[in-house]
Amino acid sequence: MKVKRWLAGALALLLVAAGCGDDDDGGDGDGVTLRLVTHDSFAVSDEVLEAFTAESGIAVEIVASGDAGAALNLSILNRENPLGDVFFGVDNTFLTRALDADLFVRHRSPAIDDVDPRFVLDDEHRVTPIDHGEVCVNFDRSTYPDGPPATFEDLADPTERGRLVVQNPATSSPGLAFLLGTIAHFGEDGWQDWWRALVANDVLVATGWEEAYYQHFSGGSGEGDRPLVVSYATSPPAEVIFAEPQPDDAPTGVLVDTCVEQIEFAGILQGTEHEDEARQLIDFMLSPVFQADMPMQMFVLPVVEGIDLPEEFVAHAAVVPEPLRLDPADIDVNRDRWIDEWTEIVLG
Amino acid sequence: MDRDRPRLSGSGLLATVPLAFVGLFFVWPVATVIAEGLTGAGVLEVLGDRRLQRVAWFTLWQAAVSTVLTIAVALPGAWALARFRFRGRAVVWALITVPFVLPTVVVASAFVAVLGPRGPLGGPLGGLLPGVGAILAAHVYFNVAVVARTVANALGQVDPQLEEAARSLGASRWTAFREVSLPLVRPALVAAASIVFLFTFTSFGVVLLLGGPRRATIDVEIWRQVAYFLDLRTAAALAVVQLVAVVACLVVAGRMQARVVPRRARDAARRPVGAERAVLAAILGPTLAFLVTPLAVVAYRSVDVGGGLGLTFYRALGTSRRGSSLFVPPEAAIRNSVTYAAIATAIALLVGGITAGLAAYRDRRTSRLLDLLVMVPLGTSAVTLGLGFLLALDEPPLDLRTWWGLVPIAHALIAAPFVVRIVVPALRSIDPRLREAAAVLGASPVRVRLAVDVPLASRAVLVAAGFAFAISLGEFGATLFLARPDNPTMPIAIFRFLGQPGPLNLGQAMAMSTLLMLVTATVIAGIERFRAGSVGAF
Amino acid sequence: MLEVDGVEVRFGDHVAVAGVSMVVERGEVVCLLGPSGSGKTSLLRAVAGLETPAAGAIRWDGRDVTREPTHRRGFGLVFQDFALFPHRSVAANVGFGLRMRGEPVEERVAEVLALVGLEGYGSRMPSTLSGGEQQRVALARAVAPGCELLLMDEPLGSLDRPLRERLTGELRAMLHDLGVAVVHVTHDQQEALAIADRVVVLRDGRVAQAGTPPEVWRRPADEFVARFLGFANLLPHPDGLLVVPPDAVSLGPEGEPGTVTAVTFRGTGFAVTVAVDGGASLEVPVRSEAIPAPGDRVRVAIEARLTSVVPVVR
Repeated sequence: MKVKRWLAGALALLLVAAGCGDDDDGGDGDGVTLRLVTHDSFAVSDEVLEAFTAESGIAVEIVASGDAGAALNLSILNRENPLGDVFFGVDNTFLTRALDADLFVRHRSPAIDDVDPRFVLDDEHRVTPIDHGEVCVNFDRSTYPDGPPATFEDLADPTERGRLVVQNPATSSPGLAFLLGTIAHFGEDGWQDWWRALVANDVLVATGWEEAYYQHFSGGSGEGDRPLVVSYATSPPAEVIFAEPQPDDAPTGVLVDTCVEQIEFAGILQGTEHEDEARQLIDFMLSPVFQADMPMQMFVLPVVEGIDLPEEFVAHAAVVPEPLRLDPADIDVNRDRWIDEWTEIVLG
Repeated sequence: MDRDRPRLSGSGLLATVPLAFVGLFFVWPVATVIAEGLTGAGVLEVLGDRRLQRVAWFTLWQAAVSTVLTIAVALPGAWALARFRFRGRAVVWALITVPFVLPTVVVASAFVAVLGPRGPLGGPLGGLLPGVGAILAAHVYFNVAVVARTVANALGQVDPQLEEAARSLGASRWTAFREVSLPLVRPALVAAASIVFLFTFTSFGVVLLLGGPRRATIDVEIWRQVAYFLDLRTAAALAVVQLVAVVACLVVAGRMQARVVPRRARDAARRPVGAERAVLAAILGPTLAFLVTPLAVVAYRSVDVGGGLGLTFYRALGTSRRGSSLFVPPEAAIRNSVTYAAIATAIALLVGGITAGLAAYRDRRTSRLLDLLVMVPLGTSAVTLGLGFLLALDEPPLDLRTWWGLVPIAHALIAAPFVVRIVVPALRSIDPRLREAAAVLGASPVRVRLAVDVPLASRAVLVAAGFAFAISLGEFGATLFLARPDNPTMPIAIFRFLGQPGPLNLGQAMAMSTLLMLVTATVIAGIERFRAGSVGAF
Repeated sequence: MLEVDGVEVRFGDHVAVAGVSMVVERGEVVCLLGPSGSGKTSLLRAVAGLETPAAGAIRWDGRDVTREPTHRRGFGLVFQDFALFPHRSVAANVGFGLRMRGEPVEERVAEVLALVGLEGYGSRMPSTLSGGEQQRVALARAVAPGCELLLMDEPLGSLDRPLRERLTGELRAMLHDLGVAVVHVTHDQQEALAIADRVVVLRDGRVAQAGTPPEVWRRPADEFVARFLGFANLLPHPDGLLVVPPDAVSLGPEGEPGTVTAVTFRGTGFAVTVAVDGGASLEVPVRSEAIPAPGDRVRVAIEARLTSVVPVVR
């Protein structure tokens, strides 16, 4: 203790000597500015955010800090000195890590009652579900005029050799979700063999979703030469919406038997000085305006029931009756071991 | 005699500045890392983990191969530069140096530009990226200067008559080189090789950006453990392994350095005649093409907006874009970088300058101690330093994690050794008779310092400032740990841009890289001018 | 026999050797003598194969070696500052050429070291040797492979004067024992006259004079050679300059009257400068006890038989 106090004194001296003041990033003075810490894939319409500010007087500043996993870890590392007030983007695969780190303040949003109960994974309401989606293998329709392979087992068939791109589960959240899906499907003792078969079938591993989809996938906006990629159930509508001119049918499709559920949560960061405003922001994220905006912005589905989907989603998004799921507690206990095993098998 | 070394009054008090700085921001964080790494079975677990063993093995062999390749590429150029005088020799010399001072992220993005899709070599050599091929190429690119400059200097001091003597005794040109010159420059070669090995062993930015998912050095693995697994203990254990390896490396390098015997310095270079011209062109042509192409491609791709040339990517740097990977305008990254670099330079000059002043005048033991104290951070990897800050400076009373100042402080720690290394020789080279003359003319000790030492050392201080500034601008490893997402620096912005898809992100990465490259090159060119100017000034 | 036939060496626009021809017989020691810049070293390097002649030919025993690389010529070469390999022992230095030819090393090295008087020095490093010892190692190294032509570039040039004078005699004896053809470059006329069988004086890349040492000494070809040989007494003459060697002039009862203007001690004697009545000034060596003082009136005798007349060089 004595040493620390001495060090602190010395430090103070040094700072004075160096002529550096303390942090100077205070607010503007009038009105509160909330910082929403999130991952790189977060997006929201300007109008929607402006509507929130107009209504509540709260400005929102968005701080993107990497891939979903990295963004969460950064927030945990900075728990004592939070990067912002609200965190968006912790998913079910990392949920227990966030909860164990005691990252969030409890908040039960009134709108939670409108949310499908299967998305509410934390009974204590430290995190609030905001959106969900499914991670599935997508295929390039032009490669499969007679229909694509259907199951995980099909993907390991020699006819699909050199066709699949996946993401590294250590560095990519869809990659991790997909790995967990294979574990849910094959069981704790079966998934390794399937992945070994994939390696023998020349599977390609990308660092992140963007690299996998845009650089290696051959369908839609992809510029690569592989017709199968791990992506989202909502990727086909995106291919329609962003194409010019818009085609009648999506150029890509989804293997629904490979879909695994991904739920994204938001939470109020411990240590915020604007807890009330943060609660308002969470509530706003469950409001119909925000929920209806998400599909077109982030290509995810609303968790609140009764939200109308854009017509392209109705027309082109795959309907996944029973996505694969794993218990978050199970995930938390085994995640790092699974990733290590996967790395050993696939990258070793 | 003690009188020959005038002391500043209160120099003991001054010494507390570097001591406190290095103690707080280096010893304390690194000690924390070591303590964390040695807690429990951390190191043993790391050593026992097959995957981490592979990481260590890869780190080792890629460094060894990089070193060998660097020597193979650099040696012919070094020979040509040492032996021949020709028009443009100074330009070639400068061009060889440029890559070494470029930020790692710029070099990495240059290789992405060359080898990536739509890059000029993306077709035939695209398979190298990501992977070992791209890593090795970038490592060679980076370090050619270290070997070429060191060996060319040593070779320039070998009497060319020795090779002629060997030839007259029946040795062919190549045999004469191998039997006579090579053994004579071997200490210099080994010293340069050990430096290259150290640099590539602790390589971070290049491997992170070019390695792909399969390839990681220990430094990259430390980052992954923190960023993706949040496993600080494994990260710390890896850092301990890293630290041990680096210290071993430094000891070997130090031994070799001590064995480099300076020989008679005289420029043995002569004009090439006849077939020698063709040989010279055959050596320097490809070497220069290798050095210049990546930079040229970066610059070209920063203005290649598809179907024509334009400044779209540069303009995009000034705007904050929805869906961009940076939620602040990239312009802010430039502002941050310049501000941090200015502060880091000031701190490095203060700390390094005081250390240099004390080291230059104090007795040998004190000076060696101070030297060591400030030099050690140089050998420590920036990633370890970043991790140390993360671990050590986040609880009261040293709760500084939100403080943006940590970034320039880390930069200053990395830059201070260079300041010391540049300023000490300048102070030591001042003829003591000048001080004596001033004293005889009635100047007090302080006046002597002000009237003699300060003006004479000011060139060196300016050079040191330029170096510190360039180092801070390009620093990546520690910054990645310390810069908060709302306050990115230029290298961080480039890293984020490269991690995102689409031509706009790639274009912005290229534009930002070009800007960083230009600023660095300008600073270094300024330094070279100052250096050239100081030769023969006294 | 070495034949140098109209050899020219150029460095860019600068002509270092402008068409030199000469012949060196087996067993003969030829000295290339000239001031720095006269082209003597360039000519030697051309013979060694270290410079490529722009014109002319170099033949050894009738074989044209002009374009042959150095290491195939098999000529021995001794450098001014010896160029001993600092990282190799004396034995390794001497054995280097043998090793390059794949010949047995040990016995021959011992033999050659004995020849130059350095028995037992084999394991020493060059840096531990004195200048004279280094010089002998350099010679041993050059002759060890059994070369038939030995090229020496100022082999004594980096030694101090007393050592040089002592070694000059030794070197001459060793060269004659070897019985090889020798081209010896020097700017020191005393060394050249002492060692050489024949002297070739070079000036601006051309041969100014070639001949035996007595021929060159007694009959310098022109003013340049005379001055370069160090003759102090060059008197005006209707056909050029009258060269009066030191041994052709003395003080005595006979001869031209004059006044002593200076007396300089030269170690082995005195040099008395006399202003002869009527203009010319002469330097006269004096070894006797009776040394005149400045201002004394003396008579200077010149032995006309030993003088020569040379053309003025402009």
